[in-house]
Amino acid sequence: MLNIALPKGRLGEKVYSMFEKAGFRCPAIYENNRKLIFENAELGIRYFWVKPSDVAIYVERGAADIGVAGKDILLEYEPDVYELFDLDIGKCSMAVAGMADFCDPSHRALRVATKFTNIAKKYYKSQGREIDIIHLNGSIEIAPILGLSDVIVDIVETGTTLKENNLEVIEKIVPISARLIANKASFKFKNQQIEKILGSFKEQSEAGND
Amino acid sequence: MNLNGLMLSSDEKAVFSLRNLYTSYGYTKYRMSKFEEYDFYVRNKGFLISDNIITFTDSDGKLMALKPDVTLSIIKNSKDSVSGVQKLYYNENVYRQSGDMHEIKEIMQTGLECVGDIDSYNICETVLLAALSLACISDDYVLDISHMDIVSEAMDYAKISTEARRQLLSALGEKNLQRVTAICRDEGVGEAAENLLTSLVTLYGGEDAVIPQLKELAVSDRFNDAIALMEDIFKILKDYGCADKVHIDFSVVNNMNYYNGIAFNGFINGIHGSVLSGGQYDLLMRKMGKSSGAIGFAVYLDMLGTLEDDKSTSVTEAVIIYGDDCSAADISRAVKELSATYTSVVAEKSIPEKMRYKNLFILGKNGLKEAERDA
Repeated sequence: MLNIALPKGRLGEKVYSMFEKAGFRCPAIYENNRKLIFENAELGIRYFWVKPSDVAIYVERGAADIGVAGKDILLEYEPDVYELFDLDIGKCSMAVAGMADFCDPSHRALRVATKFTNIAKKYYKSQGREIDIIHLNGSIEIAPILGLSDVIVDIVETGTTLKENNLEVIEKIVPISARLIANKASFKFKNQQIEKILGSFKEQSEAGND
Repeated sequence: MNLNGLMLSSDEKAVFSLRNLYTSYGYTKYRMSKFEEYDFYVRNKGFLISDNIITFTDSDGKLMALKPDVTLSIIKNSKDSVSGVQKLYYNENVYRQSGDMHEIKEIMQTGLECVGDIDSYNICETVLLAALSLACISDDYVLDISHMDIVSEAMDYAKISTEARRQLLSALGEKNLQRVTAICRDEGVGEAAENLLTSLVTLYGGEDAVIPQLKELAVSDRFNDAIALMEDIFKILKDYGCADKVHIDFSVVNNMNYYNGIAFNGFINGIHGSVLSGGQYDLLMRKMGKSSGAIGFAVYLDMLGTLEDDKSTSVTEAVIIYGDDCSAADISRAVKELSATYTSVVAEKSIPEKMRYKNLFILGKNGLKEAERDA
């Protein structure tokens, strides 16, 4: 049985359609109910919906053999998994953003509000900039407005939320997209199925991933 | 060694089986102190899996550490002999960060080290023992082997910069083909070199599938020597009937400041991460001022806990409920009688809450009677 962790939401639905095209159908997934686990015993596969930020944990711990996780999560948690393929979907960037009139207070530590503390620490370490990390779980954009932080490090997709809050991107840190990841042990013991999926994803990506 | 009849957990069985395996190949047990001076680990921090070390001050005011690693201690105390080989095995607890919880744990680790004038036989034997170690734990295993010289020759051929080499090793470890391609493009490497480096990501499988392709990719004598060594290893593995469980996989990459030559990782079906890892670490020996070579591996026994659902050991086979009128001798005799049939027998005045059992017996004036069965 190949266990596949899908991120809940629009991205997950798009990803499932790629698995379907790869020959791993599970029609039960379209049933409108609150179930989180769907199985196609005939094909030997089981899908489950999990919170996008948890996909990497399920895969690293072997509860899922493969899954699709955002590069932001992989950079933040650094799970010990194989990163087999960049699906080139769910594209956005990890960026530093601040108020439109932001000016770096170079005489003191820069106060950075973020959900992604590891990414922020690494980025500013590479810049040699002293920072004061403020870990928040949501509504990061309001931190600079309320004077809680000087800047934020967060995912920026279209920039609309930033604009509406009078913030702008100061610097892009790294581009983000969805990645096919595999548990290291599962890659050995379920290699044929995983290679089949990987091969199909590559083909779909080359064909333009309509 | 047949341990099947004994009620042992996977890690306990592994300890006995592995000790038997290593002693049968002439390895002698190495025992060490639980502590080392902290300074010793600071000097070799890059070699350690985790930076977190538990320290304390001893009675002389020296900063000591609970050992996070065994290999460093063995090397430190090994004789720097250029003739002959010291073969040692150990079964020790180490203290280091485990998993993603960032907590320091006591981890039972067993393994072996072969230190001295290492030749190709010693390398082949160590890889064989790694495969046989996995076979002691489960028949369903995979040992992935790689050769660091092939990876470093490929990077030399591509004339990759020092910073990009570090990134490339990390991308290889992730099997991240697109990242390897991107690094090659950024570094402006030629088509042949890019093909070589990307092939190292995608090559995966047994000797028959991978060695012919590697031969076509070879770019130097050192590259060819590494392939020849891998072929020697597979010859020996075939003699022992375990070649089909061993795969060539260049995602097995060790820190190139310490490791060279053969590197390997072992996996057991049902365990989510690598349970065995090892390789040749001549460069660490040089850093520690030794001129001889070394190869070894560790088996992470703490990983074996998830191998089996140990429900069987938490269910008592027979429970005897005795009354106040039973003497201690009567109860003891009843336990002895049932022990001949059942692997676990418990005598209690009443059934303990939450106890799971298979057979229930009542001991009264008229002797022992079976009461009911609870599957």
